Amino acid sequence: MAVDSSQSLAKAADAHSVRGRGPRTGKTPGRLRRSLSTHWYAWAMVAPVVAVIGVIIGYPLVRGLYLSTTDANEANVERTIGVNHIPATYKSVGLDNYTAVLSDGVFWDRLTWTIIWTVSCVAISFTLGLVLANMLNRKLAGRSFYRMALILPWAVPAFVSVFTWRLLFNEKNGILNKILAGGGIDAIPWLNDPTWAKLSVITVNVWLGVPFMLVAMLGGLQSIPGELYEAAEMDGANAWQRFRHITLPGLRTVSSTVILISGIWTFNMFPVIFLLTRGGPGDATEILVTYAYRLSFVVSPRDFAGSAAWGVIILLLLSLFAVVYRRALRKQGEVW
Amino acid sequence: MTDQKASSARGSKAKVRERGERGPLASVALHVGLLLASATAVLPPLWLLITSFKPTSEAFSTDLVKDFTFRNYDHVVNDTEFLSWLGNSLLVVGLTTVIGVFISATTGYAVSRFRFPGMRSLMWLLLITQMFPVAVLIVPLYNLLASLGLLNQPVGLVVTYLTIAVPFCAWMMKGYFDTIPVEIDEAGRVDGLNPFGTFWRLIVPLAKPGLAVTGFYSFITGWAEVAYASAFMTGEENLTLAGGLQTFVNQYTSDWGSLTAAAVIVAVPAAVIFGFVQRHLVGGLTAGATKS
Repeated sequence: MAVDSSQSLAKAADAHSVRGRGPRTGKTPGRLRRSLSTHWYAWAMVAPVVAVIGVIIGYPLVRGLYLSTTDANEANVERTIGVNHIPATYKSVGLDNYTAVLSDGVFWDRLTWTIIWTVSCVAISFTLGLVLANMLNRKLAGRSFYRMALILPWAVPAFVSVFTWRLLFNEKNGILNKILAGGGIDAIPWLNDPTWAKLSVITVNVWLGVPFMLVAMLGGLQSIPGELYEAAEMDGANAWQRFRHITLPGLRTVSSTVILISGIWTFNMFPVIFLLTRGGPGDATEILVTYAYRLSFVVSPRDFAGSAAWGVIILLLLSLFAVVYRRALRKQGEVW
Repeated sequence: MTDQKASSARGSKAKVRERGERGPLASVALHVGLLLASATAVLPPLWLLITSFKPTSEAFSTDLVKDFTFRNYDHVVNDTEFLSWLGNSLLVVGLTTVIGVFISATTGYAVSRFRFPGMRSLMWLLLITQMFPVAVLIVPLYNLLASLGLLNQPVGLVVTYLTIAVPFCAWMMKGYFDTIPVEIDEAGRVDGLNPFGTFWRLIVPLAKPGLAVTGFYSFITGWAEVAYASAFMTGEENLTLAGGLQTFVNQYTSDWGSLTAAAVIVAVPAAVIFGFVQRHLVGGLTAGATKS
């Protein structure tokens, strides 16, 4: 369906075969100019994005890689105080930051918790989304009411929801503990006890994530042809068998996509943890991203080099995700 | 939840019933399950709304509103910097949305319609930048903006947000443009339009729903972003909403009355716009990843 960006669409196919854009065959002089005149429309259209990404992601990325091999911190970077300009005095330390991070227990603690956090958030919200979508995807009085109610958490900006949950979780006066007190149960230190705080941040993130899963699964369910279910029923398949052998396989494409997307989002989920617990108590709920942020913007002196090293390691971990993602796409017959 | 599902499944298994019908017990279970889930979903925002109408001193009372008051709203709007935060956010978000939609639409169109050298690497670039963690870029970006004098400037945040919103939006737009028949482009060419003309005069008007979804995504990206906004904007009058609201409830103060009122003002427009675009949202979100 896509065509070559040569000027004449109709001739695109011929141009392809005649010019032979094979990797090594077209190395004639003027190839660049011809390529330019052929493709400049396409290039002009993507130029702004490439420029923005290059300047705002490319440069900081290279710079971050460089910083991670230095001992840069708040005290020795280039800065201006009043009228005095103080040049940078940090120096290269090779891979010391990386060895320091990797040999430090803090990193492994944070990594373990980040993985628990990501897996449990995605697994729980996916399961709930799937169950609720199946419940909604049938003839039902009040269906649109339920639908609207269930996706409401998605409509509210995440940081507003997080503040609301802080109100509910308040240890002394929050509504949750007041309800528990009504049932004669002692107040729970939702955000002040390491274990409860972990459960709390997962709860809030699941609450935020279910609507996305729900709507995606509903879309997936509606794309499964009804005849399949009729045929299965004729053959005497019970509800569970139909779910197991028709619904689940029919949802495979959309589930693999949403699981990967939300896996990446959750791994990088900054606002929930930063605003709900600030990573506390201690650093119990700190995931890799918030910890790296803390190193460069919260602790004193700000440890820019250490933060950059954490960032690079996070990026490497996420590249693993990318490989998985690409494998998944390839299985689905994605061509590019 | 699974119990209810199982029981509804048992109900539909019964032989005497028509296909798609449930027994009364299964129906009750289904409704109870959905009601519980809906209540869980709705209660926190509802509680926020209720609390915002209570006097500050009663922010934590479990009563529904006893002394209904607008004082929190009045206080937030008139006595705090809320309006400047709102203005900052609107400026940043507005610019991000307009520029983001425009450049992601052209990019999406180019990768949907043309095969050009560098396209595959561009697609990869767009995919990979989606998963860039804040942590790896934020310090160098902070230094870069500082050296350009763009800290505390809305422009700095706009450019930053573009890098978050645009890769994803370009993917969504590609998915959307793929659903528009190529014959329309061909007809435009036959009538003598160049590719820009075809794009602008024929395709953009057809792609309005897709553009709306993209616009919403850009809007939400800017409206709800916390990390960059907290790091790059300092000084009370320079904050955006995400940063500003943090000042109401931090380790030193806890002004829940102002927080709840401000949060409601922030949430309502977002929720209203969301209501308009939600039907198209997931299709767009997953299209880029699932369709070729």
